[in-house]
Amino acid sequence: MAYVVATAFVAVTGFFFVASVSNAFAEATIRGFLAGAVFFLILMAPAITMRLLAEEQKLGTLELLLTSPVKEFEVVFGKFLAALFMVFIMLLLSLYFVLILFIYGDPDIGPILSGYLGLLLYASATLSIGLFASSLSANQIVGLMVGAGILTALSVIDFVSGRFTGNIAVILDNLQLGASFSVFDSDSFGVAESGHFADFARGIISIYDIFYYISISILFIILTVLILESRRWR
Amino acid sequence: MISIEHMSKNFGPYPAVIDVSFEVLKGEIVGFLGPNGAGKTTTMRIVTGYTPPSEGKVTVGGYDVITNSLDARKHIGYLPESVPLYLDMSVKDYLTYMGQIRGMNRKWINKRLPEVIDVVKLGDYKNTLIGRLSKGYRQRTGIAQAILHEPDVLIMDEPTIGIDPIQVVETRELISELGKEHTMFLSSHILPEVSAICPRVLVINDGRIVADDNPDKLSEKLQHAERVEISIRNADNNEFITAIRQLDGVIDVRTDQRAQSLQRAEREGVTPFIIDAKPNLGISETIAETIVKKGWGLSNLTPLPMTLEEIFLELTTDESVGNID
Repeated sequence: MAYVVATAFVAVTGFFFVASVSNAFAEATIRGFLAGAVFFLILMAPAITMRLLAEEQKLGTLELLLTSPVKEFEVVFGKFLAALFMVFIMLLLSLYFVLILFIYGDPDIGPILSGYLGLLLYASATLSIGLFASSLSANQIVGLMVGAGILTALSVIDFVSGRFTGNIAVILDNLQLGASFSVFDSDSFGVAESGHFADFARGIISIYDIFYYISISILFIILTVLILESRRWR
Repeated sequence: MISIEHMSKNFGPYPAVIDVSFEVLKGEIVGFLGPNGAGKTTTMRIVTGYTPPSEGKVTVGGYDVITNSLDARKHIGYLPESVPLYLDMSVKDYLTYMGQIRGMNRKWINKRLPEVIDVVKLGDYKNTLIGRLSKGYRQRTGIAQAILHEPDVLIMDEPTIGIDPIQVVETRELISELGKEHTMFLSSHILPEVSAICPRVLVINDGRIVADDNPDKLSEKLQHAERVEISIRNADNNEFITAIRQLDGVIDVRTDQRAQSLQRAEREGVTPFIIDAKPNLGISETIAETIVKKGWGLSNLTPLPMTLEEIFLELTTDESVGNID
């Protein structure tokens, strides 16, 4: 399964990368790739995580895990790290694109580094959401749908914020995960302008954005642990 | 090792376990019997800390399973009813992983792994993917996982369900062997198995414990009559029946029509009978004396206790039967 997902990732993002650099006067930038990655991770994160806790419930192995001397937090965090590691490997594979840029052009290293850092943080947030969704049911499809649902909602939240004014609009804007569905827009390359990913794509590493992604990750990991612990209260 | 005090569990409005109290001492092998839906699995899940009780106190090895859950769990080896396994791991990898989450260090795992694989006789399959194993071997992998960390208490929910007859015998022997070194708490609704392995049985029905005793003593208490099988030589059937019927305390005498008795009778040239008498009157001696006095040949005189099936049915289908004291 991992091989298929990794291949799909490299293939899809490769497509975006090629599209972004194959016109004349194209910039030597990975912005095309980043856009594709950010977009594709919305699908990929639930796919990677949907079975992590759902299958344990379905197979009954969760019963063995929770009756072993391990804390619920260890179980959740362990799975989270495993998923994150897998995405990390996929990102390593994509360094191939960067290599091409260096061979044929003269790219700035700054935006490349910040782009990958942003991607890792973005992955951490999306995977934590997927993991949470997976804990809700023994049915993997539920995990997939809830995960994709939450991710999509957080990605279009800036469209909604236009209806509100004042503080609410600001709050909603700031929850924007970073992907956008105008992926073929050659200006933004599909990275939402009001999202937390935008600066990473430009080469800016902002504490504010880092804080956002880490907070989302922590929030959903805690929620997942609570879901598992709730077994003890019923 | 296991102590349960006034434990109850309700799933919403439905009372699955009602005011259950018992203790399992170190070294005991206790069979937990009950019809389907009686509360066996729920009780076991509460003892292992998977489900919280609605009321009551449960401790394992002195540790409360709710407040000291992690400590309690270290002393337990558990085989759930569904024998959950990761089908895409090999036996060896699975057991190694299980050892790691039980907090075993590498050295200990490396020492125990071959021992355990040997005990459950999975040597030929240690590199096979679990998904490829038959049910019987998967069961053994499950047992292996439960004993790997040398726990004080082994809790097994229906350990021989669904295995073929040959492997059932082997698994039963394995369980008996394990009983020598661990405290065991097994559940089953296969009665011959429980009566073969467990010196003590707890019977649960509709959420309540209805019996807690040694199977033989239980049958004594439940029997309303003492029953004896007897084989006689050189006697006229009617004469024998009349003579025995006249004895004080004898309720009934009849010829034994059971297939195996008749077969044996033909082989040995004897006539088999079954005698029912009032219990605790020493009726066997009286019968023996009578036979000798009349000059008949006594070939066999054996008490027939109530089988565990009969005990089980009596306890679980007769509503008027309360606690046996």
